[in-house]
Amino acid sequence: MTNLSRRTVMQGLGVGAMATALAGLPVFAQDRTAIRIGYAISKTGANAAGAGITTTPNYLLWVDDVNKAGGIKLSKLGVTLPLEVTEYDDRSAAEETVRAIERLATQDNVDLILPTWGTGANLAAGPTFDRFGYPQLAATAVTDMAPQLAARWKHSFWMLGGGHDYANALVELLVKQRDAGTINNKVAIASVADGFGIDLSKAATPAFTEAGFELVYDKTYPLGTSDFAPIINEVSGLGADTFVAFSYPPDTFALTQQAVVADFSPKVFYLGVGTAFPIYPGIAGPNHNGVMGVGGIDPDSEAVAAYFERHIALNGQAPDSWASAITYASLEMLQQAIERVGDIDREAISAELSSGEFDTIIGKVKLVDNQLRSLWTVGQWQDGKFVGLAHTERDGSRDPVVPKPDWVPAT
Amino acid sequence: MKLAAALIALLALAFVPSLVGPYPLGLMIGILGYGILATAWALFSGPTRYISLATVAFFGLGAYTVAVLSETLPYPLVLLAAAAIGLVVALLVGLATLRLAGIYFVIFTFGLTELVRQLVTYYEVNVTRTLGRYVFLPFGPEHIYWQLLALLAATLAIAFWVRQSKIGLALRVIGDDPVVASHLGIRITRAKLTLFSISAVIMTLAGAIQAPRWTYIEPSIVFNPTTSFLVVIMALLGGPNRLFGPLLGAIPLFLLFEWLSANFPNHYSIILGLLFIAIVFVLPNGVLAAVDSVRARLTRKEASA
Amino acid sequence: MLSSAILTGLVLGGTYALVAMGLTLQYGVARIMNLAYGDIVIAASFAAFVLFSALGINPLLGMLLILPLGFALNWLIYAILLQPLARRSRDRGRLEGDSILATFGLLFVIQGVALVIFGSGFQSYNFLAVPVNILGTIVAANRLLALVLAVAFAIGLFVLLTRTRFGTVIRAVAANPASAPLVGVNVDSVARFAFALGGALAAAGGVVISMYLTFSATMGVVFTMKALIVVIMGGVGNLMGALAAGLILGLVETLVSTYIDPGLTLAATYLIFLAVLVVRPQGLFGKATS
Repeated sequence: MTNLSRRTVMQGLGVGAMATALAGLPVFAQDRTAIRIGYAISKTGANAAGAGITTTPNYLLWVDDVNKAGGIKLSKLGVTLPLEVTEYDDRSAAEETVRAIERLATQDNVDLILPTWGTGANLAAGPTFDRFGYPQLAATAVTDMAPQLAARWKHSFWMLGGGHDYANALVELLVKQRDAGTINNKVAIASVADGFGIDLSKAATPAFTEAGFELVYDKTYPLGTSDFAPIINEVSGLGADTFVAFSYPPDTFALTQQAVVADFSPKVFYLGVGTAFPIYPGIAGPNHNGVMGVGGIDPDSEAVAAYFERHIALNGQAPDSWASAITYASLEMLQQAIERVGDIDREAISAELSSGEFDTIIGKVKLVDNQLRSLWTVGQWQDGKFVGLAHTERDGSRDPVVPKPDWVPAT
Repeated sequence: MKLAAALIALLALAFVPSLVGPYPLGLMIGILGYGILATAWALFSGPTRYISLATVAFFGLGAYTVAVLSETLPYPLVLLAAAAIGLVVALLVGLATLRLAGIYFVIFTFGLTELVRQLVTYYEVNVTRTLGRYVFLPFGPEHIYWQLLALLAATLAIAFWVRQSKIGLALRVIGDDPVVASHLGIRITRAKLTLFSISAVIMTLAGAIQAPRWTYIEPSIVFNPTTSFLVVIMALLGGPNRLFGPLLGAIPLFLLFEWLSANFPNHYSIILGLLFIAIVFVLPNGVLAAVDSVRARLTRKEASA
Repeated sequence: MLSSAILTGLVLGGTYALVAMGLTLQYGVARIMNLAYGDIVIAASFAAFVLFSALGINPLLGMLLILPLGFALNWLIYAILLQPLARRSRDRGRLEGDSILATFGLLFVIQGVALVIFGSGFQSYNFLAVPVNILGTIVAANRLLALVLAVAFAIGLFVLLTRTRFGTVIRAVAANPASAPLVGVNVDSVARFAFALGGALAAAGGVVISMYLTFSATMGVVFTMKALIVVIMGGVGNLMGALAAGLILGLVETLVSTYIDPGLTLAATYLIFLAVLVVRPQGLFGKATS
């Protein structure tokens, strides 16, 4: 209330313009009542489903966690301040994303901006974050261009790796299985003809071939395909022990159902985005067990388990087991970077993010050239958890179960 | 006199970037973008009453042309290439749709947009093996603003000219009486094709000019069918048969979207939907017609006083 | 191989036809281009999902509840929202513009309510995902159900429209709403009934597809557009046309996927659609406008 009236008075006196002009100067402690966080996220449109599972719940959880703990300490100002949020709907359109960031940065003058969901949207937002000097923690963008982008936009941080990371890890894992004699040499791949599917299949096709696998099927299907019977029917007759789909959520679920109906139960059944979603076991029923996919978590980590509990308590839904934990970890990094700088100095916060080491729910994190290189790449549903089988820097948390259990037919 | 006023207004608008901050400039860019699309849409669809949903097909083609060619050709040539591609596609579409009317035309244009999107995707995936493209052109928002402003001025000038000319008259015949139009034959066909092509080229250029603003282009970003629908709604709201109608529909709607998504991010859809329904009931003939009728009532009052 | 592809294609086409059936009735008789159609479909999917997952009610039984609800809801939508527009518009073009604007608004309202209640995430469940062997081809029972229902609705409504007095009245309104009152037909109530019946069919489609398709609150427009393509290709207001168009699109999609390239399936379906209109501007079974 006092905050509101002070703002009204300031505007009434026409001091608003002056305050904007002075924004570059150090802010005095008594002027601040909160650290102001802004984000524009897809609440409607094509990206709303993905954002609603991975991004928005983590922003809410982080704000809740920080504020319950009393806020973030700004040592140079001698205060501990809570977070205050300004949120917009970017309606899943690149133009809206760009304008919302312009608005948050120059109109609302928020202290920090959190990015939207998705690879394309984060790429589209890159230059605008950069222009206004706000750090961009892209936790839901998968791109092989990350090294070049990080070099171009100094304040951008790429947290989810590129297509090569996931494709190569999968191939490596399958080579071991083949050499151990558990699977044959034949692989079938179906990829969605959209950013993620193409990025991964572009990396996977040569990697499989170089590793001596025979690609008996390697096709794309358009975004929005609703029936996978033709693909599954064809693939099931080709004798491949490994089926790989670089798919999006609706396809991931439909492929599972179709494979079960057609009783196509290859020894390795690997799917793309959506496999790590908490609703996957509900959709696949008993057949989720043994399904592999992109991502994964450490099932033995207490920090991750506690994070899952807090997430469920606040949002009423579990996080996904791929980008969710990384999104939350990116926010923890942001918080620690602010505390170490002790002030809202975005230049210094960005510098700290790129060089510092942080304690997060996914363990100790230090970025390499502004990229998170410590990632779970292949996961598998085992005992109700989507456990990490392969990691870029450490050993898998569990051994892969190959062949996966046979499908249980629906009754 | 009117021309002088228009030129002064244009000149004044050209100074906007140096007067306002990045966010108001972003708003202006958005308004200009939709204003151009709506005006160009009404250029053809206003007099003929053919509701086209192909707007975003041309818009997306323009954006893609810039993404593909911006590294190899100088920028003005890229724009020229975009316009040429838009023209060729428009002629093909125009010829294919000559016999279609009413809802068949509407959904045909929608199907066409999806076909273009599917083909672009298939080409990118199977021939170039990549889907997203990057546009790194040294343009700030102010450059995009000036280009859009010039394009809007040109679009309005063309629309003004069409209204005066025979071609506009011919097209109104199609909208008012298709039977008479069909007897007029070849002249009508040529008029229809010409206007459809002009309108499409403008849409293509609007997409081409705005592409550098997003840096990253992929089919789902530039072929977003929502854009086509919004353009129709804006033009219908403003009144598609008036010179400034579409533009005056675009401005309030655009600002309304912005205000709603900022202030009610979680109930945006519901409020927007209710407003739309209210608009249909309260302003049955579009915003400008409502303004006219209010003005008429006022003058009548004055006269009687 | 070929017979299997054809059968799979027909089953997929059944889904397309089923989803389009209600729209062809709404547009053909009530003359409303209903952009909120797909959101009605999604709303029914959500209803089936809630009944199934929260109350354990079998979606087939759920249909007994959801269909009448869909009918009632659409009856109200027409009576409150669309009838005043239909009454005030003198010509068809005017009603087309008005109904686009009004149902565009309705689309956002339904979607917004679904977002508030269910959030934006994906929903999915399995029901009747059991294999059925037809002549050596395995198809999912739930998808087969969509085909069976589509055929049943098409034939049932065809009989209703051509063999009963009430059907004649409906066709009179569809053919010429201006002169129907001259022969004592209440255009308002017939249009309202047709719109509501179309809504009930949309709800039936929503319940069936929820058994095998993933849906979310923002996906309604996908179904609207697919349904419009089918309706227009078949010829507005023609149920047999919608059935034929749906089956053709399903066949094309499956055959292209099997014999050419799955990457071209959607391109091929749109191409077929456009080609049909170029050759027959009034759709497969539509009557040429004079």
